[in-house]
Amino acid sequence: MKVGVVTFPGSNSDVDSLNALAVAGVEPVTLWHESPDLSGVSAVILPGGFAYGDYIRAGVIARFSPVMRGVKEFAASGGYVLGICNGFQVLAESGLVPGALLRNRSLRFASKIVAIRPERLDSPFTRAATGAPIHIPIAHGEGCYYADESTLDGLERDGQVLFRYVHEDGTPALDPDDPANPNGSLRAIAGVCNSAGNVAGLMPHPERMSEAVLGTDEGLQLIRSLVESARDWEAAGRPAPAAAAAGTTAGTAPAAVEAGR
Amino acid sequence: MSEFRYAVNVLPKPGILDPQGRAVELSLPHLNVSNVSKVRIGRRAELTVTAGSEPEARAVVDGLSKELLSNPLIEVYAIELLEGTSSTVSSKVPAL
Repeated sequence: MKVGVVTFPGSNSDVDSLNALAVAGVEPVTLWHESPDLSGVSAVILPGGFAYGDYIRAGVIARFSPVMRGVKEFAASGGYVLGICNGFQVLAESGLVPGALLRNRSLRFASKIVAIRPERLDSPFTRAATGAPIHIPIAHGEGCYYADESTLDGLERDGQVLFRYVHEDGTPALDPDDPANPNGSLRAIAGVCNSAGNVAGLMPHPERMSEAVLGTDEGLQLIRSLVESARDWEAAGRPAPAAAAAGTTAGTAPAAVEAGR
Repeated sequence: MSEFRYAVNVLPKPGILDPQGRAVELSLPHLNVSNVSKVRIGRRAELTVTAGSEPEARAVVDGLSKELLSNPLIEVYAIELLEGTSSTVSSKVPAL
C-alpha cells in the first residue's frame, strides 16, 4: 500500500514523514505540489514546513497549488488526509478542517517537546494510540488554534477535537497562558478533524518521534493509526465518507465554517 | 479599459487576540507614551487592476481580499481606491 506525502516549496518535514511511513510498514510516495495526480495513494500527509514561504498567512498560498485540487477530491471521496503543523495550516486555510491558526500568543517561535493527549481513541487518526499523553515536538510560530465560541462548542459536541495539550497527569492545559499550552490555543486544542472524520490536522510532529533512534517512537502510534485506517478503507473498496456526525444538523457551526471557506 | 489602483487594509477581527498589538502596547511605557491604547496590527496590500469600470475592478479586489489577502474567520478588510475614477458613490475607506 502506498501513502503519499506532499512536497510544497518550503516543506521541511516531508522526508521525516516519508521515513515514518516506511517505519509503519507502507510504501511512501512523494507527491509534487505542481501535480493534482495523487498516484493512487491510499492516504495523504501534508507535512510541516513553510509552504510558499508562509507569505500573507501560513498555508494560504499552498491552498491554491495544483496538488490541493487532488487532495480536495481525494478527501471528498472519503480518503484519509493528515496535516501536520504547516499541513494543518494548509488544511485550515483550505477549509478542509474548521478553525484557523493564529500567531502564537507569546509571539515567539516555539520549538520544544510538548505533551498532547487524544480526546478519543475511536477516530481514524487515534485508533492505534494508547490514550496516554504523547510526547512529541512542536516547531511553529503560528499554532494558536482559534475558532469562534459556537464553532468550538460544535467541535466538542461532535467529537471533532482530536488532541489537546495536556499536563503530565493528562489534564488539559485549558488556560491559554498555561506553560503546557505552548501557543495559547483555545481550549488547549492541538488537533481537530472535519465533520466527516476523514481529514485531520495537528500542530505537533508525530513523524519526528517515530523511531527509537530518534529518542522515542511515541509519535508512531498516530502514523500507524493513519496507515490502519487507510488499509481498512482500501479493503472496504474505498467507501465514500461517512455522513456527518449525528449531532451536526443544518446550520451548526462546523459545517457552516467548512462550507464558507 | 482603465487602470485602478487599490489598497486593501487587513486587520484582526475585533475581539480576536492580536499579540502584535499587545506587544506594541507593552512597549509604550518605554517611549513615555501613556495615552495610546487599543493597538491593532494588520497588513496592507496595494494592487492595480485593469478593467472596464470601477465596480468591475472592485469586484476583483473584493474576491481576492476574501480568498487570499484575508481570512474571513479571523480578519476584516477594507478596500480603498487610490488612483482611477470611482463611478460608485464613494471611495471612502469603510470603517474596519
